[in-house]
Amino acid sequence: MKRLLVLAVSILLVSTAFAIDQGKVFDDPEMQARYEKLISEVRCLQCQNQSIKDSNVTLAADLRREIARMIEEGQTDEQIAEFLVVRYGEFALYRPRTTGKTLVLWLAPFLLVVVGGFALARVVKHRMSLPIGDESGEEG
Amino acid sequence: MNRFVWPLVAVLALLVFLVMGLRHGDPRALPSPFIGKPAPEFELPTLNNPEVSIGTKTLAGDYALVNVWATWCVMCRAEHPFLLELAANKTIPIYGINWRDSRPEAIRWLNDLGDPYLASAYDEDGRVGIDWGVYGAPETFLVDPEGTVIYKHLGPLDPVIWQREFAPRIAGGGPGQ
Repeated sequence: MKRLLVLAVSILLVSTAFAIDQGKVFDDPEMQARYEKLISEVRCLQCQNQSIKDSNVTLAADLRREIARMIEEGQTDEQIAEFLVVRYGEFALYRPRTTGKTLVLWLAPFLLVVVGGFALARVVKHRMSLPIGDESGEEG
Repeated sequence: MNRFVWPLVAVLALLVFLVMGLRHGDPRALPSPFIGKPAPEFELPTLNNPEVSIGTKTLAGDYALVNVWATWCVMCRAEHPFLLELAANKTIPIYGINWRDSRPEAIRWLNDLGDPYLASAYDEDGRVGIDWGVYGAPETFLVDPEGTVIYKHLGPLDPVIWQREFAPRIAGGGPGQ
């Protein structure tokens, strides 16, 4: 039993060896936080549906390196986002910027809630006008 | 019956979008933000000779293909015979960007399989690949004589794609031969 436990623990420990980007890239905790936030919001285009933070394909590693370089150079988050969008399109950002093209993405959820609300209100109003016990709703 | 009409319409609309999405083809193929824009500037040593460099200037003056390839890229092997065919027919000048590869292995690949490229740039650390928005080799860019990117294809080239997408774009005043 004890042996099994040791085995299990060592297997768990081994998996950390495969973790991406062990250790910190920046000494400055503020820069490190910015770096981690940025890389978690960039789509890995080679392996879509993963961020470059979670992926270890070469392109993701290259982009992490580029982003680290740009932070080092003192570029702003907007400049870094622009760098990515110019090369890979708006699709590269998990948090699309609020621009003309992406406005519909940002507004659609609210629009859907409003439309759904209206539909719901209509149904409820209609149901309330029915005589109690009549569930058919056919006569409208 | 009336109460079913609108939900039905909504479901049908969703179905139409679903079918459109499925027919869209390769979901990995994204519209390149470079179409209609000048080809990204680059300057790299050639694969065969680190002393010689090629870059954006090399492309100027003629329609040209810029093909991003690597020896680790399985589909690059698949498209290679067609690139050789294009080169043999002198259809269009082809330049390679050898992306994130090992120089000896890439040279061996060209020696073994044939070299369709006028020259290949050696992009060891992937910097130029990033500037060109490369995210999956093989990728092929069509650049016009003014140095503007006019088309990009993701995935292996073949005669069908060539006839459908590339040939019509270079038909008007295309390459000499």
